[in-house]
Amino acid sequence: MRDGNALAGPLSDLFLPDPTTAWRLCPGCGTDAALAALHVYDQGPAAVARCPRCSEIAFRVARHPGQLWFDFGRGGALRFPAS
Amino acid sequence: MATLTPGFHGHRRTRGDRLPPGQFRTEDFPVLSAGPTPEVPLDRWEFTLTTEDGEQHRWTWEQFQALPQQDVTTDLHCVTRWSKFDTRWRGVSLDTLLEGVATGARFALAECHGGYTTNLPLDDLRGGKAWIAHTYDGEPLAAEHGGPARLLVPHLYFWKSAKWISGITLGRTDRRGFWEQFGYHDYGDPWREQRTWND
Repeated sequence: MRDGNALAGPLSDLFLPDPTTAWRLCPGCGTDAALAALHVYDQGPAAVARCPRCSEIAFRVARHPGQLWFDFGRGGALRFPAS
Repeated sequence: MATLTPGFHGHRRTRGDRLPPGQFRTEDFPVLSAGPTPEVPLDRWEFTLTTEDGEQHRWTWEQFQALPQQDVTTDLHCVTRWSKFDTRWRGVSLDTLLEGVATGARFALAECHGGYTTNLPLDDLRGGKAWIAHTYDGEPLAAEHGGPARLLVPHLYFWKSAKWISGITLGRTDRRGFWEQFGYHDYGDPWREQRTWND
């Protein structure tokens, strides 16, 4: 077991490319689609991206003061420092 | 605008000051949704109040319409910074729905068609401060604004006024809702700018 610093390499690989080119397999309905095909509701407090077929939340992104939040719809958000 | 205990507000209000800090006034009624608009036929509409012990009180649309109705004119304040003055609603007071409901709960979780939830202290649903509204500006509440019926709690940021409400579950502990678990404030007082966890 190593601590979370071991994630620096793999996560930097993960978050660098254009993330909308990623594909997502929906655990709700099995739809396999590019993130660009998701339905995004971004007029509210934060952006909510949903499966285009069953509307299950793919993820949410919020810009709070000093933090960028990212979660998969049920809490447990990653909170990135942001200006 | 209902007031809380004097001195509890962290900011000084002058008489006639209707615009909370950080807000701007709009004449429009922006539609802000976190998902698709659910279709809820009135013959299948039901409102369920569930106590912390699991006891359920249910109203069909017909039963709900037979309850005493109130007209409410109030200002709305959205966390996205727009405020709208003098909006006109008609609906049933939560005081009416909570009449005769035995509960020692301190918290409420509003639950909606489409999966949206939001949490509030039960005290904020009592005392003439909250309604289940079905009419806006003299017309049946449009689906895009939460029809057939939505929660209306205008003294808090408008995300607490849950659209497409299907029920309220009372609890002894506070359970965070859709936005609250994503960093938005548990209470959401616009006069204290309680937008996020750190406010």
